[in-house]
Amino acid sequence: MLPGVLRRYAPSAVLFAVVLVAWQLAGPVFQLREYLLPGPVAVVRAALNFSIPWHEHIWITTLEILGGFAVAGVAGVLLGVAIAWSPTLARALVPFLVFVNTLPKVAVAPLFLLWLGYGIVPNMLIAALIGFFPVVINTAVGLTQVDDELLDLGRVFGAPTWKVFLKIRLPNALPYVLSALKITATAAVVGAIVGEFVASQAGLGTVIVNAQTNLNTPVAFAALVWISVIGLLLYGAVGLVARWWAPWADTT
Amino acid sequence: MIVLDGVGMTYEAASGPVEAVRDVAFEVGDGEFVALVGPSGCGKSTLLRIVAGLRPATSGRVSVEGRAVTRPIPNVGMVFQAPVLLKWRAILDNVLLPAELSGLKAEHYRSRAEDLLRLVGLGDFAAKFPRELSGGMQQRASLCRALLLDPPLLLMDEPFGALDAMTRDEMNLELLRVWGEAGTGAGRKTVVFVTHSIPEAVFLADRVVVMTPRPGRIARVVPVGLPRPRTVATRATAEFGQLSLEIYEALTAAA
Repeated sequence: MLPGVLRRYAPSAVLFAVVLVAWQLAGPVFQLREYLLPGPVAVVRAALNFSIPWHEHIWITTLEILGGFAVAGVAGVLLGVAIAWSPTLARALVPFLVFVNTLPKVAVAPLFLLWLGYGIVPNMLIAALIGFFPVVINTAVGLTQVDDELLDLGRVFGAPTWKVFLKIRLPNALPYVLSALKITATAAVVGAIVGEFVASQAGLGTVIVNAQTNLNTPVAFAALVWISVIGLLLYGAVGLVARWWAPWADTT
Repeated sequence: MIVLDGVGMTYEAASGPVEAVRDVAFEVGDGEFVALVGPSGCGKSTLLRIVAGLRPATSGRVSVEGRAVTRPIPNVGMVFQAPVLLKWRAILDNVLLPAELSGLKAEHYRSRAEDLLRLVGLGDFAAKFPRELSGGMQQRASLCRALLLDPPLLLMDEPFGALDAMTRDEMNLELLRVWGEAGTGAGRKTVVFVTHSIPEAVFLADRVVVMTPRPGRIARVVPVGLPRPRTVATRATAEFGQLSLEIYEALTAAA
């Protein structure tokens, strides 16, 4: 057991440790000032310095990410179902969705703020906008990539369309949807931070912007650490749900 | 009783119309086991789907039990080359699928499904998932699924084509046993069995329909008089070899 675990995780752990040590030594060796490259010790100290209200920022950003993730997931699945259900809807929706997806979200963010004002909601929507497209596509693909023979069985037994949809197409699409949601999880993190960069009064993205103006680089790095912790937790959670809910599929 | 009369089928492909089947006429009696043999692409699978009402014939007439086939016919068991089990369902729930699709109460068929699984040696695998079973076992489960609603007609499209030779021979015996070969003939299902294996066709069938390459027509119909129940030893008889040769010659003459 233990040797197996070691063999699996040792290479990445060693690399991680080497990078951290090199990073810590880089400052003194190359005489870099802390505002240019703070070492990992300084970053961890900043991340655990609770005179900065980290929990508030983490809470706000997490809400934006989870909200954006949820909106992207629900809207993505609904749009995917609509596309798979009706060829007419597919012809109407797909070009429009592709157009929306090609819009640079960073450029759209200011418009959202203009329309919706400051706050959590516009950042949530930006997160959703970045993350919804893979869900649409994968849902539609999963619903339509069904063995012809299974559909033949549906016809032989006179099953109505909705029943074939419920018993065959929908479960068939589940692993596709779940693997799209992994992409959405990381995309939602990007979206929330983009929104906060453009304009926001709280959240980890705001912390980075403010730290940058004050040349307080350790705090900016610390915010980055917190963001990646949130992102990794969400990604891991989606992965766990996928393995538990669709154990027949190899979603990696 | 299945009657095909002057059945033809032409479909539109990207490169133009393709004539898959031309002027096919034969009958399958109740309780009869008929094998369709032919080179790949000769339209034998298409013919099976036409009988099931899954694809329309473009000419001629098809009737099952005296009724013209114009749409999917009810209560037919289908087995395909791939087991096509639902990956997310346990084996027992896969076998129960036809009941659910037909709008029947699945729990009424539970004990029958369990009996069928025991019959094919899968009694201990009811709660397993398809990925935990070998290809041969999956195909056995798919046979149980086809038999769940006790259909009088079984349509099988190269069901053992993807299995290794040993498993395939085993499955042949199993199918004949399930079909009720040992009995007097009463209660046997009507079977149309598509294959490209000559020995398989001879071993299983009462009659072998030999088809030509595309467009598929009937080259010959060979009656198989081998006594039933057939056993492993049947394959070693001179008669078996003679019939196989006859079909082989009919196939090569048609090509």
